[in-house]
Amino acid sequence: MSSGLSTLRRGPQARLGFAFAATVLVVALLGPLAAPQSPLGLVGPTYGLPGEGTLLGYDYLGRDVWSRLLHGGRSVLWMSFAASVIALAAGAVIGIAAGLSKRWIDHAVVWGTDVLLAFPDLILVLLVVSMLGREPWLIVLTVAISFVPGVIRLARGVTLGVVSQEYVEAAKLMGYPWWRIVLLEILPNISTPLLVHLGIMLTWAIGMLSGLSFLGYGVAPPAADWGLMINENRAGLMIQPWAVLAPIAMIGVFALGTNLLAESVSRAGSRIAVRKGVKSRARTLMRGNKRRLRESQS
Amino acid sequence: MATIYSEQTPRAVSPSQTDDTVAHNAGAPGSEGFALPSWLPWLGGRVLSGLATAFVISVLVFAATQALPSDPARVILGPDATEDSIRVLQQQLGLDQPILVQYGRWAARAMTGEFGVSLDSNVPAGQIVADRFGNSAALMAIVLVLAVPIAFLGGVALAIRRDSRIDSWTMNAVILFKALPGFVLAIGLILLFSTTVFPILPAVSLIDPAISPFLQPLYLVLPALTLILTVAPFLLRLVRSAMIETLEADYVAAARLRGIPERRVVWGHAVPNALVPVIQGIALTSRMLLGGGLIVEVVFSYPGIGNALNAAIELRDVPVIQVITLTMAVGVVFINLLADVATVLVTPKLRTSSRPRLRAGTRAKLKLKAGGV
Repeated sequence: MSSGLSTLRRGPQARLGFAFAATVLVVALLGPLAAPQSPLGLVGPTYGLPGEGTLLGYDYLGRDVWSRLLHGGRSVLWMSFAASVIALAAGAVIGIAAGLSKRWIDHAVVWGTDVLLAFPDLILVLLVVSMLGREPWLIVLTVAISFVPGVIRLARGVTLGVVSQEYVEAAKLMGYPWWRIVLLEILPNISTPLLVHLGIMLTWAIGMLSGLSFLGYGVAPPAADWGLMINENRAGLMIQPWAVLAPIAMIGVFALGTNLLAESVSRAGSRIAVRKGVKSRARTLMRGNKRRLRESQS
Repeated sequence: MATIYSEQTPRAVSPSQTDDTVAHNAGAPGSEGFALPSWLPWLGGRVLSGLATAFVISVLVFAATQALPSDPARVILGPDATEDSIRVLQQQLGLDQPILVQYGRWAARAMTGEFGVSLDSNVPAGQIVADRFGNSAALMAIVLVLAVPIAFLGGVALAIRRDSRIDSWTMNAVILFKALPGFVLAIGLILLFSTTVFPILPAVSLIDPAISPFLQPLYLVLPALTLILTVAPFLLRLVRSAMIETLEADYVAAARLRGIPERRVVWGHAVPNALVPVIQGIALTSRMLLGGGLIVEVVFSYPGIGNALNAAIELRDVPVIQVITLTMAVGVVFINLLADVATVLVTPKLRTSSRPRLRAGTRAKLKLKAGGV
């Protein structure tokens, strides 16, 4: 994986993605400290344009858009991280268990994921959120549930690939308890695809959670949130475009950055990145070095 | 020269082999064209499993709307309703009966297309969906008709020109459009085409319900464009990677060594073998369209079922929520079934075996590969 990390650092795509994502992260985490106004205070005219004392103008109630922008990132951040991590943990446990257990349990789990995969993700989340209310932890949990089938499939697949390897057989023959085999033999060997998938899920979660709060099912109204800001100020798009444009840019840049990062990580994780030409050139170089070494020794 | 080794005419080379596979359908009329296809039993099993999935989905929808700890009557009437009115509505909805009886009744009515009356407008819920479904179907049809050929031809072209400058630029653009959430794209297009830069297209789809949406194309442009931009990159990438994988196979190299023209190698040898992931990808796409369509329909106020669902959820209109989610999920199950049948039909190995085995999880894997929603 170290070679993967070094190629990652060199790739322009990964660098750009890191720059984008890190910028948005910093704004979202440290922004509230730098905000000039309260995000809830009515401090200016309705749909006031950018001018003196205000960087991005005022929104539909006369609140400062710049201050709301700085305050509005935390919710989507922690919610998407929490949803992806919960989905990864739950899905990995179920998937590994399915991969190791008897045939009919395995079949039942796979069929169950099939059923859940038939729901469009957003519809499933909307269904639950609309009936149970919109507490943040509930939204996080439902988004996580909608991601779990994919993780189960992935974890089960890679577990099946690892279980038949000799080192797992050897560990079984040595009489190790099952939890030791799972934790020390199987888990380290399937962690790379699972972590890559965590990145991909993070990008999905950002899209879905910002979409939810755009539809009005996320954070409750007076609070500042990027998706909610877009929804609130959509009617004034012609008069004060900045109130919509700024949060859209933040969501877009964050989604793009995490996507670029996830893309390059997954490419570094799989072996597609090593192209034949590169490999053979490295081999030729190595042979040349060896020959030179031998000649110098003789 | 080429015809001797060519795999283009296997029937002429080994007629006995093809006969073998068909022959065990005893009792079929003698002519080969009328023989019962050997994958028919598989199709029966697949349909049964689809029906079982639909049953579980109906349980899930029912459970989410009526059996969760939250009381639908209380949810509908809001927090400051009196106990009496809640009890009356509970009786109206049949909520005072045991949960299994409730499900039995609900399912029996649902089988006959009767989903109860919308709590908001007193119109049968099935009627609302029937009215809106045509509009959504029109939008989806336009998107699929435009996006699939573009993505297919583009993917093949890019796979041939792999690692060229056009390829890398297109792949960057694909990542950009794949990354942006649907509503970001939709509002971006509104800003571009209906307010500031080129004010030529309507930002709101005010479709006249009396006329077919196809006759009002101006309102369809922006919603369709948004959905095409979210769906086509996903498919394009899928086609490209499937084609690259096939073009590296040994039989393609063999065909090239035999001196078969490159055009025929690509379209005759490689493309048919790259079709399976594409078919499954189209099935995934329609699932994306149902979910992503909701947000796009809301942004453009397009009168489709996604918008109806959003409105119903806002008003806690339980019968409408039930019928729309059920329609969407069962629709996805049906599309997956069609995709599996098509996969079997385009793969000779599966088509001629009496027990075709699709590799489990093809769709889930594709979803991971292309990173769709």
